[in-house]
Amino acid sequence: MAQESYPEELLYHPEHDWARVEDGQATLGITWYAQDALGEVVFFEAPPLGTSLTKDAPYAEVESVKAVSDVVAPLSGEIVEVNEALTENPQVINEDPYGEGWLVKVRLADPSERDALMDAGSYVASLRG
Amino acid sequence: MSTSEPQTLNRTPLFQRHQAAGAKLVAFAGWEMPVQYEGVRPEHMAVREACGVFDVSHMGQIEVSGPQALALLQRLLSNDVSRIRFGIGADGVGTGGAQYSVLCREDGGVLDDLFTYRLDSERYLTVTNAANHVRDLEWFRAHAEDFPEAQVIDRIDDYAMLAVQGPLARGIVQAICRPISDRSPLPTRMTAATRRLAGAELLVCGTGYTGEDGVELLCRPEDAAALWDEVVRRGAVPAGLAARDTLRLEACFHLYGNDLSLDRGPIEAGLGWCCREDTAFIGAPAVRSVRETGPREKLVAFAIDGPGIARQGNEVVGGGQVTSGTLSPTLGVGIGLAYVPAERAAVGTRLLLDVRGKMRPAVVKEKPLYRRGS
Repeated sequence: MAQESYPEELLYHPEHDWARVEDGQATLGITWYAQDALGEVVFFEAPPLGTSLTKDAPYAEVESVKAVSDVVAPLSGEIVEVNEALTENPQVINEDPYGEGWLVKVRLADPSERDALMDAGSYVASLRG
Repeated sequence: MSTSEPQTLNRTPLFQRHQAAGAKLVAFAGWEMPVQYEGVRPEHMAVREACGVFDVSHMGQIEVSGPQALALLQRLLSNDVSRIRFGIGADGVGTGGAQYSVLCREDGGVLDDLFTYRLDSERYLTVTNAANHVRDLEWFRAHAEDFPEAQVIDRIDDYAMLAVQGPLARGIVQAICRPISDRSPLPTRMTAATRRLAGAELLVCGTGYTGEDGVELLCRPEDAAALWDEVVRRGAVPAGLAARDTLRLEACFHLYGNDLSLDRGPIEAGLGWCCREDTAFIGAPAVRSVRETGPREKLVAFAIDGPGIARQGNEVVGGGQVTSGTLSPTLGVGIGLAYVPAERAAVGTRLLLDVRGKMRPAVVKEKPLYRRGS
């Protein structure tokens, strides 16, 4: 399992998701904290391409042996790519939550929504609080 | 990710061991218990392939003794308690039998499922589920009024309990028998005897909840930590409640609160084998009636055909409900137990499970889903 980390270049949602925003698109995933709380991820099924995500609403589920958790959209948009590799190897979400363990890429509906997200420092402070 | 209030929760004598081992601790039936240490899968596989040790000190104990102990237990417990043997061996050590049963209300609803060990000719120890202990004790005491020669004693504070389970479990426990020259074998499956381990006298029981060979150790709370250290030092892997749940579900053992409840009787739960209506236990007429007419629903084991994991509360399309569900670490597929209409309970029947809006095909499987040595 990965070491605890919260990369500076990402934006964070209080429901323990991250977003990497680039040119009107964003890559989304769950944070180290979320995967650690969940335990080993054994199942992830991405929604179909074209699905609309609404900021703060659940758009997918990740499952450990013991529990199922909703994944909340940190930003609104339309899914343009899903991480197909996770179907076979969902534990990559534990091993590399900010890299190979990304979940979906979306075309952003409203890029200004990013202003509501936290930077790494604020997110880490919220975890410690 | 809610935080519990530790000051309101009970802690077992092994709490500091769990903290030191980096366990994730959760509130469970009023106790602060380790749900996992390294991870569910490695802990599960350790039990299947080698040895795991569980702290199950949250479980309760009720001792019933006296000339009418058997008569009281026969009234309370569904099984034929008179068949639990007790004998003194050539070595002077008494060995008693162990027996599984359910505790029923008059209407046949299940109050708890229990193991009972015979400690002496007129002394029995019944192990309760943590969440049911107080209710069980009240039930035992209320019915003991009709049996003045039987004493009911709450022993929950007198015992800690460790389950050492897996193919290497007996070897590890044998190695801590004292004196070291004590080579007499540990109690066999479904028997229990007092032994001296790691400097402490305790009850060794050939029982478990994992589908593997192994023993359960009922010891004084002050002896639990040393015992834990000795088995861990010899290779037993600390395992938490999450692995305990996946192991028992593969073995198709019931979990009270999931697969058993006041609304379900033992026949529909597939526990008719531990009900002897001729012993006139409380609820026997109701159980007999369901046995004769056949239950409306039956508890079946299932495996999902394809991806997905069903969970407790998911509906079975066309009637019925999943009562336990997980991903089987051994089989690599979603498995579980579900109540389904009796006509759809045969092995091989195809089911459709509504897993939070996604329809997952599943097949009724033979119980257990995992069998030791398979």
